[in-house]
Amino acid sequence: MGRGMDKVIANWADQVRAAAADGRALLPRGGGTKDFLGRQCAAPPLDTRAWRGVVSYEPTELVVTVRAGTPLAELEAVVADAGQTLAFEPPHFGADATVGGAVAAGLSGPRRLAAGPLRDYVLGVRMMDGRGQILRFGGEVMKNVAGYDLPRLLTGSLGTLGLILDVSLKVLPRPVAEATLRFEMSEADGLARVNAWGGQALPISATAWEGGVLHLRLSGAAAAVSSACQRLGGERVEDGEAATLWAALREQTAPYFQQDKPLWRLALPTTAPALALGPQLVEWGGGQRWLVSDASAEAIRGAVAAQGGHATLFRGGDRAGAVFTPLAPALLGLHQRLKQAFDPAGVFSPGRMYPEF
Amino acid sequence: MMETAEAVPGTAERDFGGVDGAALVAGLQAILPAASVLFDPEDLRPYECDGLAAYRQLPRVVVLPESEPQVVAILRLCRRMGVPVVARGAGTGLSGGALPHPQGVLLSLARFKRILKVDPLSRTAVVQPGVRNAAISEAAAPHGLYYAPDPSSQIACTIGGNVAENSGGVHCLKYGLTVHNLLRVRGVSIDGEVVEFGSEALDAPGYDLLALVTGSEGMLAVVTEVTVRLVPKPQLARCVMASFDDVVQAGEAVAAVIAAGIIPAGLEMMDQPATAAVEEFVHAGYDLSAAAILLCESDGTPEEVAEEIARVRAVLEQAGARDIRVSRDEAERLKFWAGRKAAFPAAGRISADYYCMDGTIPRKRLGEMLQAIQAMERKYGLRCINVFHAGDGNLHPLILFDANVPGELHRAEEFGAEILELSVALGGTITGEHGVGVEKINQMCSQFGEAERVMFFRVKAAFDPEGLLNPGKAIPTLHRCAEYGRMRVSGGQMPHPDLPRF
Ligand SMILES: Cc1cc2nc3c(=O)[nH]c(=O)nc-3n(C[C@H](O)[C@H](O)[C@H](O)COP(=O)(O)OP(=O)(O)OC[C@H]3O[C@@H](n4cnc5c(N)ncnc54)[C@H](O)[C@@H]3O)c2cc1C
Ligand SMILES: Cc1cc2nc3c(=O)[nH]c(=O)nc-3n(C[C@H](O)[C@H](O)[C@H](O)COP(=O)(O)OP(=O)(O)OC[C@H]3O[C@@H](n4cnc5c(N)ncnc54)[C@H](O)[C@@H]3O)c2cc1C
Repeated sequence: MGRGMDKVIANWADQVRAAAADGRALLPRGGGTKDFLGRQCAAPPLDTRAWRGVVSYEPTELVVTVRAGTPLAELEAVVADAGQTLAFEPPHFGADATVGGAVAAGLSGPRRLAAGPLRDYVLGVRMMDGRGQILRFGGEVMKNVAGYDLPRLLTGSLGTLGLILDVSLKVLPRPVAEATLRFEMSEADGLARVNAWGGQALPISATAWEGGVLHLRLSGAAAAVSSACQRLGGERVEDGEAATLWAALREQTAPYFQQDKPLWRLALPTTAPALALGPQLVEWGGGQRWLVSDASAEAIRGAVAAQGGHATLFRGGDRAGAVFTPLAPALLGLHQRLKQAFDPAGVFSPGRMYPEF
Repeated sequence: MMETAEAVPGTAERDFGGVDGAALVAGLQAILPAASVLFDPEDLRPYECDGLAAYRQLPRVVVLPESEPQVVAILRLCRRMGVPVVARGAGTGLSGGALPHPQGVLLSLARFKRILKVDPLSRTAVVQPGVRNAAISEAAAPHGLYYAPDPSSQIACTIGGNVAENSGGVHCLKYGLTVHNLLRVRGVSIDGEVVEFGSEALDAPGYDLLALVTGSEGMLAVVTEVTVRLVPKPQLARCVMASFDDVVQAGEAVAAVIAAGIIPAGLEMMDQPATAAVEEFVHAGYDLSAAAILLCESDGTPEEVAEEIARVRAVLEQAGARDIRVSRDEAERLKFWAGRKAAFPAAGRISADYYCMDGTIPRKRLGEMLQAIQAMERKYGLRCINVFHAGDGNLHPLILFDANVPGELHRAEEFGAEILELSVALGGTITGEHGVGVEKINQMCSQFGEAERVMFFRVKAAFDPEGLLNPGKAIPTLHRCAEYGRMRVSGGQMPHPDLPRF
């Protein structure tokens, strides 16, 4: 990283300042693998991929600092060499997804159930705000309460607050053992079972229910995984098949996601009952449910809100409309003022998240 | 055009001297029963400080609301009259976060003591902010669940204070800090608006404001309700206690455990002066001849624990441990921990006063830090005992002093400041879990550059444009940092000029 401003970054700062002065917008973009996410934004892309590479990685510190344009696959390979992993299993699509894009999108994969979401692993960032200033928040240590937690505020902000330059992520050892079990049961039974198991000391790292079949992944010490397998019963899925299954879920290549209709992501309390909105794919112990449906946003959001959840139009549908659940007025005001704090001229990804900012 | 930094609200000190005190009290009495509005100096005294007793200040008035509408009305009144408001939980904070403002209202959440719901199926609890940390785990215990973050102050501190400080405990290496164990925080803004951060689901639409308010030291909103995540109690926990002849070697053993791919449930270190201080007090059975001891806890199923303990033992032997003991039963495990958890009271017992530091550094620099602290003990003529959340690299050096001896408090503060500066220089941070408060406000000038500090004020202004919530805490004004910079760079020398800075 060094102290001197790298040429790439100096050039970006010039672009950002020029855009701010002329009232133009920019769209930070990594691999562009999921331009589909969020609301459509016509701003010209600012390609982050010139800023790539692992800046520092010390396995015993459980921290890796990486430039935002680094391919996610490259980062995963580097930490895998040291027997470590990004525990939140960020979804990435092909070779092009970048680390900056993953952090800006804030998405987590199947292991989020046990490991927590991506934002739990973000320790520090270096970023460029809408004034072209370079700012550093957080750091490379596990515990840090100096100043507001702005690294986690940027996580999932979809490039609307600024350009992420470098990010420090916590990494964890890869689990020693894994096993996947298969059960046949209804959605209601599946929800009841995974919630009940969640209250017991079991090493469950992922769950997925679809079409009358519940899959359960166990991860941890070999002894814990094998004793849990005995206790839970079910049918053991062969390892290779299991790996394919969880990857297809993480990357949304599973058949459920290949239907030609809008895809909704429903975030719910895990104990919310099965919703009568059509066939769903249920992950995260009931907390994340996928719904392929043509139903209206009002119908879907109404049913989900009644259970204390929120619904995102994840893929397809009207990308110019309310892709994310609209915010209550007080919260919207806070969002607009925070956007103003970081990006007063509205350079970064205007309207990508909400039409108001 | 862009505004200059000086125009950002909060970047300069403010004077609240113009407030009409009598009108303020009358306004508050219109909202609350007379007994819930305190203004006699005698009644104010218990609120003059938090756990950092070196700083004391009487507020103008203390209020004890018991409902959210009352909090809303109080904040609206303060906003209208331009009066500072400082929220307070149990007052166990160690950085002066709940130190009253002389012209302001001290808003105690002590009466918000109800546990509203414990739901074993969804593994969540909904609680009011004045509920004690330990009370949540007690309420969850019949369901085999508990609330994981366990500050040593857990029998006294409140969940509202935990949220405000993003508190940790000895188990946060594996189970996370407060921020990792929250689903939803409900709060009231200085405008009197009720806002929900997070949700009962696993996430919420929009920016992650739940993470932003966690650890915000009462500067963004007053917390009135919290939904926490509960986790199943492990079937079994056992603790390994290892003795080392050398503190640097003990520090290296910590890194070796992590390098072996083990994330223990807790990994703590105490140096010899610390074990000596607590042993006298709790008789934990510590090896007093060791230069340092490590406590390493393993939890899970019996099979899992046996497997992990065997691996930990092998790593510690390899790392040069002189003696290794494994707790044989729950009573012995609790005894091992009793000493660690009693470190602060023990310091209070062997010394008139103590000053607790909270820097976090990369684990691999633990040895270096310990050696530097030994040199500082000689430089300042004060003793220091060291207890570390070693697995996280979070240090709690306890500087022993006697405030009645002229000059000792000042030397203790200088000693502490030097440790914090070194934490930053070693690539770490000035505070891992206790917060900045008033105590570490000068060191914020070393930790962050001006552009970052101005951004903090901008974020603050997005919530609280008049700067009324807990003014003067956590983020130093530009003027203060300029002054501090002049003081610090004496003779053109920065402390530790040889260390890389970024
Ligand atoms: C279950 C699941 C399945 C998924 N499946 C797919 C899939 O099939 N296809 C797919 O493409 N994605 C998918 N995603 C999301 C995607 O995999 C990740 O978000 C991806 O890692 C983004 O990387 P990218 O570089 O391609 O991002 P981009 O598309 O380039 O950027 C994503 C967002 O981040 C912003 N951004 C990018 N870089 C920066 C930066 N440096 N600073 C600030 N903002 C920045 C952009 O403006 C944009 O808003 C899935 C996610 C989930 C949860
Ligand atoms: C012996 C001892 C051991 C300790 N051990 C640990 C430890 O292991 N780990 C650790 O992290 N800390 C520890 N602490 C520090 C302290 O206990 C924690 O910071 C705790 O979270 C403070 O809670 P409290 O209720 O006492 O808050 P207070 O001290 O009353 O307040 C702390 C801060 O929170 C704000 N606040 C309080 N309630 C609210 C609310 N409802 N809304 C908004 N803001 C609010 C206050 O304004 C203040 O800024 C210890 C302290 C002591 C005395």
